[in-house]
Amino acid sequence: MRFITFIFLFCLGLSAPIVAFGIDSPDEMLKNPVQEQRAQHIGAQLRCLVCQNESIEDSSADLAKDLRKVVRQRIKGGDNDQQVMQWMVDRYGNFIRLSPPFTLTTALLWFMPVLGLVIGCVVAFVTLRKKNKIASTELSKEERQRLSELMKE
Amino acid sequence: MQDITRRRLLWSLPFATAAVAGGGFLAMLSGIRKGNFDPKEINTPILNKPIPAFSLSAQPPSTGFNQQELQQQTEPVLINFFASWCIPCLTEMSMLQQLSSHISIWGIAYKDKQNSVSGFLKRNGNPYQRIGQDNNGNVGIEWGVSGVPESFLVMPGGIIKWHYPKPLTVNSTQTLLSLLK
Repeated sequence: MRFITFIFLFCLGLSAPIVAFGIDSPDEMLKNPVQEQRAQHIGAQLRCLVCQNESIEDSSADLAKDLRKVVRQRIKGGDNDQQVMQWMVDRYGNFIRLSPPFTLTTALLWFMPVLGLVIGCVVAFVTLRKKNKIASTELSKEERQRLSELMKE
Repeated sequence: MQDITRRRLLWSLPFATAAVAGGGFLAMLSGIRKGNFDPKEINTPILNKPIPAFSLSAQPPSTGFNQQELQQQTEPVLINFFASWCIPCLTEMSMLQQLSSHISIWGIAYKDKQNSVSGFLKRNGNPYQRIGQDNNGNVGIEWGVSGVPESFLVMPGGIIKWHYPKPLTVNSTQTLLSLLK
């Protein structure tokens, strides 16, 4: 039992560096673990505007560091997750959100998989039905005649 | 016979799609080269909106400034975020010098030290009427700045009419001057 506990704790220790990813130094983190988790969750959805394909939690750019600080300040000040997100969008636009919000311009983006599936189903349905029709078509008069002639021989 | 044309049509469909997509990508690439398309561009939502609340501490030889002072101006002002550690800002300096005879330029030293900024202005000339210090970069975040240099045209009353997130070029300066007429 003690051995299993040891293995468990050992593995937990190994995973620790993975959990504490983007942050450069521990003093950046909030003391309240629930708040810190919220901050990390929000930060993971915000684009670092310098590196652009990384979240501010992952990036070590100066601006990302400043934005991480702002996120934590706002959470400490009592903002909920949505308010923090809105604060960022007000200043940097929807571009700062790593997942684009659902709007009229992004509707095609969000519906593309469903649209593709529907189009695929329609195409498959039409072609399959046609194929079935061709297979089940009865022999024409001439064909029947030729067939009976062949059978006679 | 009809079946064959249909099959041909279906065969050519993927090629046609690929050709259209390729054309689109080619247009994007040539746009990047010509400079009228930038996939990394950040469209600042602050455009055509009032300036945000801010206050800047003094940066010699100026005394700093705040939102109210900028709002009360009766002439347009060009706000220019710069830093002594920023090489593109250095290349932009000659353009700002030329511009300073057409419009008053107020500088915001972004994440910089007083001494470094003073040295920078001594070495390269000072195109700024007023200069403020944004030590921690918080004023930059309020304006939606993602890097230096960035310039904003502020009209009397404090509405931002134009934004340029790169070092000013001959073309962008002409656009700016046409807005002043």
